[in-house]
Amino acid sequence: MSDDIRGMTAELAADPDSLVFLELGEALRRRGQPDAAFKVARTGLTRYPELARAHDLCARILCDRGERDRAFDAWVKALELDPGLVSAHKGLGFLYYQAGDLASAERHLAYAGQADPGDAGTAAALERVRAGRQPVPPSAPGPVAASGPPASAPVAPVAPVPESEAGPEPLAATAGLPFSFEEASASPVQDAVFAGLDGGTDGLLLVDSAGLRLGGGLRNPEGADVADSVAALLAGVSKEAARTARLLGLGEWGGLAVECGDGNLFLSTPTESTLLLTVRGLDIPMARVARFAERASLAARDWLERNE
Amino acid sequence: MTAAAELLDRLSTVRGIRGSVLVSAGDGLIVAESLMTGVDGRAVAALAASLVSRLRRATESAGRREPVFLQLHAAGGTVLAAPCGTELVLVAVAGPDANVGLARLEMLGVAGRLT
Repeated sequence: MSDDIRGMTAELAADPDSLVFLELGEALRRRGQPDAAFKVARTGLTRYPELARAHDLCARILCDRGERDRAFDAWVKALELDPGLVSAHKGLGFLYYQAGDLASAERHLAYAGQADPGDAGTAAALERVRAGRQPVPPSAPGPVAASGPPASAPVAPVAPVPESEAGPEPLAATAGLPFSFEEASASPVQDAVFAGLDGGTDGLLLVDSAGLRLGGGLRNPEGADVADSVAALLAGVSKEAARTARLLGLGEWGGLAVECGDGNLFLSTPTESTLLLTVRGLDIPMARVARFAERASLAARDWLERNE
Repeated sequence: MTAAAELLDRLSTVRGIRGSVLVSAGDGLIVAESLMTGVDGRAVAALAASLVSRLRRATESAGRREPVFLQLHAAGGTVLAAPCGTELVLVAVAGPDANVGLARLEMLGVAGRLT
């Protein structure tokens, strides 16, 4: 057992409500332990049945185990909960392609490609689908953004189904998707929370106390969407910050400024139950990042009050 | 007195700094300390090391480089931390009246010498 898996297992044992099960399940899956991964994912899913990424994790593991119908259902559920979840779009695109439903595959892969333009595997898969070619299947559905490049994620090899043999018949469970592709790409929530502020869809991330994204967005320097994975980790950071301030007799914490080698991050608390991460480049001094975070906190508070 | 302790003593002369500790990042144990009475060095060490560890994971997940300096602002003061490589973390506890800018510069200088 690697140190990472051991550490995450210990963390989950100490705090069964921790969202570290997402990383642990993915790590086990990548190590080729789908049964252990599925056990972790299922347990997490019972605690967070409304967490899209938990369904997405289950789907990837099921896909590895060759249970594609169940994987399909899990990805559909993930998109019901979060219509913009890129990895679920990739997964469904993959399954539709496998089933020979190239039109549906194209829709999902096109969305994934648009949301994650740096993913060469998705771009290549989309090209294949559009060309109607068969020999090379699209890259497998990727892990959560924090865990590595999607193209390297192992998925049980399944021979592509030639369209001439499979015909346009979709998988048994594909009768209509319960979301609008166009609505998903609009991301109205992301636009609404920080409307008028620079970085409303990249560099401002509003998270609830359970580590779930409420609004905003975040991409890494390569352009990949890392909002959900960072959101999941922020809940732990926030608890640790609160514990540190309290136990050292400093009272309630109000902000956490983090200077990295290539950017400035500021974590604040718009309300008792929410966190706001502001990320800016090194060209913006930390004191200005903190002031900007204050304004964004006010916007987030207003938005939360309006939507309560 | 060790070189590390001398560096910590110098840091503690900055206005508002109540104490500083050099912490082992892996286990949160004190390597060297210079603290005013009333500051629990072991608690500072353990809590700061844990916070830095969590922040490392978060920044890594965001695709960012390692944290080089962090400030935890609270109603009654500030906790400052500067990782010194991957093994050590320099931590200082400051009161609300501290000159945080000067403390930051001193800490980054000390961290550079200890890395």
